[in-house]
Amino acid sequence: MQVPILKQGQYLIASIQGALGDQDLVQLRDALAEKVGRLRARGVIVDVTVLDVMDSFASRTLRDLAHMTRLRGAETVIVGIQPEVAFAMVQLGLTLEGVDTALDLEEGLAFLDKKMKRSRSRG
Amino acid sequence: MASETVVPINADVDVVVARQRGRELASELGFVPTDSTLIATAISELARNIVCYAKHGEILIKPVQSGDRVGIAVVARDKGPGIANISLAMQDGFTTSGGLGLGLPGVKRLVDEFHLVSNANSGTTVTIKKWKR
Ligand SMILES: Nc1ncnc2c1ncn2[C@@H]1O[C@H](COP(=O)(O)OP(=O)(O)O)[C@@H](O)[C@H]1O
Ligand SMILES: [Mg+2]
Repeated sequence: MQVPILKQGQYLIASIQGALGDQDLVQLRDALAEKVGRLRARGVIVDVTVLDVMDSFASRTLRDLAHMTRLRGAETVIVGIQPEVAFAMVQLGLTLEGVDTALDLEEGLAFLDKKMKRSRSRG
Repeated sequence: MASETVVPINADVDVVVARQRGRELASELGFVPTDSTLIATAISELARNIVCYAKHGEILIKPVQSGDRVGIAVVARDKGPGIANISLAMQDGFTTSGGLGLGLPGVKRLVDEFHLVSNANSGTTVTIKKWKR
């Protein structure tokens, strides 16, 4: 299942629509890393609200996605991790260390806005 | 009682099928959503290990009963290369593939019973059980 990527202002928003296989996740990671440059995006939001399982492969791929886009000049925030999914992740030992997360799309946008403002004022 | 299912594991998409079957059976048996998620996550890790390290195998998912306890059992088996050093493989962070190395030790934390048999001749079989609370 392909993940649609929308551009909104200087952000890219990828909303996962259903269960994703490993290849789909890898494709999403690579598509975002490429689009960040081509569309000159400064922020990326990945909405995982519909994901009912986040295993170690998904975690690692999302972490790599966040690091890759950062190297390309954009901040990524993962939004919508469900409470049961968060619980299972903690039990597995998946921390998503170094990756920003927010409750939902709205919070994710607010988070990025704040980050953009901060980096602008720093110059 | 709900019946058992066998999901052949040959490609990454089968990982998704297997964990969905596991969740279905878990909810059919009356597991709370949190525990169904733990079961689905455990299946995802075991199925992925089959795809990664053995290429082919299968996941058997079945209801189990012990006295008045109801639970779910998952058997992940393959005829792949086996695990050279099991105690090493069970350590957090140990990986031979650049993964996170949290699959096997993590699965053990997600379930109530965990049993791993592996050798170079006959491949790997992981059996897990989780009981309804
Ligand atoms: N079914 C299997 N067949 C052969 N080797 C396996 C199998 N499952 C796990 N392993 C070995 O055990 C190691 C640890 O597995 P795991 O904890 O799932 O971490 P990861 O998959 O991230 O490496 C793997 O790197 C691999 O060497
Ligand atoms: Mg693994």
